[in-house]
Amino acid sequence: MELRVYATLRKYLPAQPLGEGTLFRFEPGTSVAGLLEQAGVPLDQVKIIMVNNRHAGPEHVLADGDRVAAFPPVAGG
Amino acid sequence: MGKILRINMRELTVRYEDLPDKYLLLGGRALTSALVADEVPPGAHALGENNKLVIAPGLLSGTTAPCSGRLSVGAKSPLTGTIKESNAGGITAQKVACLGIRAIVVEGRPAGEGFHLLVVGEDEAKLVPAGDLTGMGCYQLNEELWKRYGTKSGVISAGPAGEMRMVVAGVSTNDGEGHPGRYAGRGGLGAVMGSKGLKAIVVRTDKAFEVPVKNREAFKEAARKFAKAIAEHPVTNAALPAYGTAVLINILNEAGGLPTRNFSDGRFEAAALCSGEALAETVQKRGGKGRTGHVCHPGCLIRCSNIFADEKGEAVCAPVEYESAWALGPNCGISNLDHIAVLNRLCNDVGLDTIETGVTLGVLMEAGVLAFGDGEAAIDLLDREVRNGTPLGRILGGGAEAAGKLFGLTRVPTVKGQGMPAYDPRAVKGIGVTYATSTMGADHTAGYSVASNILKVGGFVDPLSPAGQVDLSRNLQIATAAVDATGLCLFTAFPLLDLDYALPSVVDMLNAQYGVNLTVDDVVDYGKEILKTERAFNRAAGFTEAHNRLPEFMRHEKLAPHGVTFDVPDEKLDEVFNF
Ligand code: SF4
Repeated sequence: MELRVYATLRKYLPAQPLGEGTLFRFEPGTSVAGLLEQAGVPLDQVKIIMVNNRHAGPEHVLADGDRVAAFPPVAGG
Repeated sequence: MGKILRINMRELTVRYEDLPDKYLLLGGRALTSALVADEVPPGAHALGENNKLVIAPGLLSGTTAPCSGRLSVGAKSPLTGTIKESNAGGITAQKVACLGIRAIVVEGRPAGEGFHLLVVGEDEAKLVPAGDLTGMGCYQLNEELWKRYGTKSGVISAGPAGEMRMVVAGVSTNDGEGHPGRYAGRGGLGAVMGSKGLKAIVVRTDKAFEVPVKNREAFKEAARKFAKAIAEHPVTNAALPAYGTAVLINILNEAGGLPTRNFSDGRFEAAALCSGEALAETVQKRGGKGRTGHVCHPGCLIRCSNIFADEKGEAVCAPVEYESAWALGPNCGISNLDHIAVLNRLCNDVGLDTIETGVTLGVLMEAGVLAFGDGEAAIDLLDREVRNGTPLGRILGGGAEAAGKLFGLTRVPTVKGQGMPAYDPRAVKGIGVTYATSTMGADHTAGYSVASNILKVGGFVDPLSPAGQVDLSRNLQIATAAVDATGLCLFTAFPLLDLDYALPSVVDMLNAQYGVNLTVDDVVDYGKEILKTERAFNRAAGFTEAHNRLPEFMRHEKLAPHGVTFDVPDEKLDEVFNF
């Protein structure tokens, strides 16, 4: 599984190159919340989660090869 | 009370009129649209004698209301043929408002060639020949005008593209540093300004917050509440000041809705390189004159603007925004931030709308005129061909729809002749409804459904499903029309959508300023009235529901990575204005 963090969440995975994922090995069946916890990204700072380019909730159960992206509250226009 | 400043460019006369009572509670877009609808024949040629360029600060501009310095520019659009309002930040709206001017109406058209400058001071306004300024790019022009009229002056100007009446031309306004990069970009309004023989308007006053307010105490209290809402919302207190609007690049890319290489893909492999995060990190690393958290006008609490500096720390462009970074970046297959910033600066200088320019470049790249990803060729096209009005420059200056026709292409992302902004409507369907139906052609600011589709502000509506998008877009189009009348920056919409007490505080400010008793419900009716006025103009100009459609290719060409098309049915689109 791959996790990408953006904007203010980048401070929790400072070694992650911008736009590249960090690969994690997890048992299939881990939830997004579980993945974030193990990666040290506090869930209460995460507003938007996408799994394979679709919005998902923290309880979403992950499968092998999933691409997860996490964002704090962001907007613009 | 307020005045209208009326400029006749055929007679070269300037006169002040009292604001008619019926316009008393109209400002910004509400006033520009009302004046255009009342005074411009819908069948008028947009570049002709009978069109008018109307410039109006918002209802709250020039007060201490936070983020209230937006300036609306309206006319019949030479790009879309519809009524048009495009608004910009910058320092000028507050100055115009502080001089008691509710609208500047520029009418007529000179018999010959030649440009003038309108200089508006505390007690008088006059037209001055601008022969020596003709052909000048907006950077040099702003420098020159600050030299002549003082570094506190607000400057509204047209670049060479506007002078040449190119329909991608925007209207430039300046920020506090004198950068001309705050644009009323959309709809070719710079061409209307050029057609009037007006090179620039200089507004000479130091005042920013001196518009009279009827009930000062009540105003202060309401403004304080509104400021609290802005300070409390995480988008307006953290993400925008730190990363600017380009923070959206990565999220739209993750959502598969970042239009790439002329809307042929929803993801750009090099998106991160030109994202808000990359921009902020680059600015920090380079130091010098670059910065984030910049304001476009005094009294903005959000500070989404930035100054992008080159490797030597010299300012290249302020600001580099999401729309511009996308249009000149991923949409052209360009990821080099320095190229994007130079292209952005050239747009500001030559006087081009960054969105229409980027979309047109994308179409020309698809046509093979230049290659996707070739930033240097794009720079040359703007700097040499467009600036000098060569035939190729004029092809770019004719906009995306015209370029598509010239090269016989079908993948042309426009509605009512206007190029689409930075969200692919197949993967962000709510914004597709706004593009299709707005009174302005493809315009994301007219009803920013992206907020709920992607950003989870104001609720969540699944971006990939057609369900709920029409209601979402309708409500936002109504609310936005009202916000565009206040002069508040549209980014205040994020707290307005999420925090219960924010909208009542805006209504309280209006009541305190004008001595009226509006309610929150009145705001909805107010927004509807603006849309009705604009729709009536468009109908009389020949627009029907058949024009409220996205280009055909988006109905059958699947967009990666989701493999989606735009599938909101036409009958549903026709329900947007069912009020
Ligand atoms: S939030 Fe940005 S665009 Fe809006 S007023 Fe502030 S600096 Fe200008």
